[in-house]
Amino acid sequence: MGEYFTLFMGAVIVNNFVLTRFLGLCIFFGVSKNLNASVGMGMAVTSIMTLSSILAWAVYNFVLHPFGLTFLTTVVFVVLIASFVQLLEMIIKKHAPALYNMWGIYLVLIATNCIVLGVPLLNAESNFNFAKSIVHAVGSGVGFALAIILMASLREKLQYADIPKSLEGLGIAFILAGMLALSFFGFSGMIPL
Amino acid sequence: MKEQTNLWEIFYKGLFEQNPIFRLALSLCPALAVTSTVVNALAMGLSVMFVITANNVVVSIFRRWVNPKVRVPVYITSIATIVTVVQLTLQAFFPVLFKELSIYLALIVVFAIILARAEVFAMKNTVIPSFFDGFGMGAGFTGAMVLIGAIRELFGSGTILGIPIMGDWYDPALIMVLPPGGFILIGLMIAAFNIMGEYQDKLKETKAAISSQDAIQRGEA
Repeated sequence: MGEYFTLFMGAVIVNNFVLTRFLGLCIFFGVSKNLNASVGMGMAVTSIMTLSSILAWAVYNFVLHPFGLTFLTTVVFVVLIASFVQLLEMIIKKHAPALYNMWGIYLVLIATNCIVLGVPLLNAESNFNFAKSIVHAVGSGVGFALAIILMASLREKLQYADIPKSLEGLGIAFILAGMLALSFFGFSGMIPL
Repeated sequence: MKEQTNLWEIFYKGLFEQNPIFRLALSLCPALAVTSTVVNALAMGLSVMFVITANNVVVSIFRRWVNPKVRVPVYITSIATIVTVVQLTLQAFFPVLFKELSIYLALIVVFAIILARAEVFAMKNTVIPSFFDGFGMGAGFTGAMVLIGAIRELFGSGTILGIPIMGDWYDPALIMVLPPGGFILIGLMIAAFNIMGEYQDKLKETKAAISSQDAIQRGEA
């Protein structure tokens, strides 16, 4: 049990995907202008990542590994996840239009995103079992949500600040992310990994 | 002759004007993740350059037979295949490098810049311009990666390509090779590119103003 807790906390804080592994930066900087959108994105990424990790785990352990096809992992995972997200989008659109209006736009953005692909690849690389894969995926998703929500709150405050013209927009966002990363860095060493 | 200048222009625009990292702010993940040393940055840059050029060529050859409705899956499959080739090659000949780049190598598959060039350029042009477009974008990307890598390695460990540069008096600022330093450096570099871009625009404006004044004076004379 303790092992799983360590894995979870490690994925949320110490090895935060955005701030120490630099995955999912495109959405991180693109969506964090708005707090509501960030909350939505964080939840969408967490759920998609968990589902696609389960799917990828099954394909890796029942198909790719037994048949010695692990060199195809990259190709298979990309196609698998992209088509899975598309399928999910269609199903939600048909059966839950209200949900689609809220989350639909995020689904399109995540279909081919490095964070959603990165977690299943890391799971496969570290030979995680089923439970560990899920814990790792949920932890990574929560970590992403935490980072993007913190960032959005900071950026909303920043709108009233007087910053040099050349730093406006992306420039100051990066420096802000650096500060955020620095504060997360304080947690490193807390959990041995 | 005209053809040549066009090809040069296609190649050149990826270097500065539309630099993937600083101007378009695309594919930032690797720009931060693997640039703590010059060697890693260069290896990553060259891998991306190969993938983007090869993919542009493949897409421009097959564009006639691809139904527009399924073009994105076709791009993704093509990119993923080329990336696998790069992964296997590096794993066979440079195992240490392969280990350092680890997961980021596989994630070249979802780089927005590669997909964007296939969609914007290779789908509409023939093989040779597409080749140069990919080559230029790849070169711009590699250049930016090496630049970031050099600054981070120089300040973070006082070396370039592992050779000590700064001498004994220099106390390395460890933050530069750690993740936060990467973020802050890229923020400052984007600002620098913005200032340079503004300066160029101003230069063009003044030039235009001077020439129009000249024209008026000549007209009056």
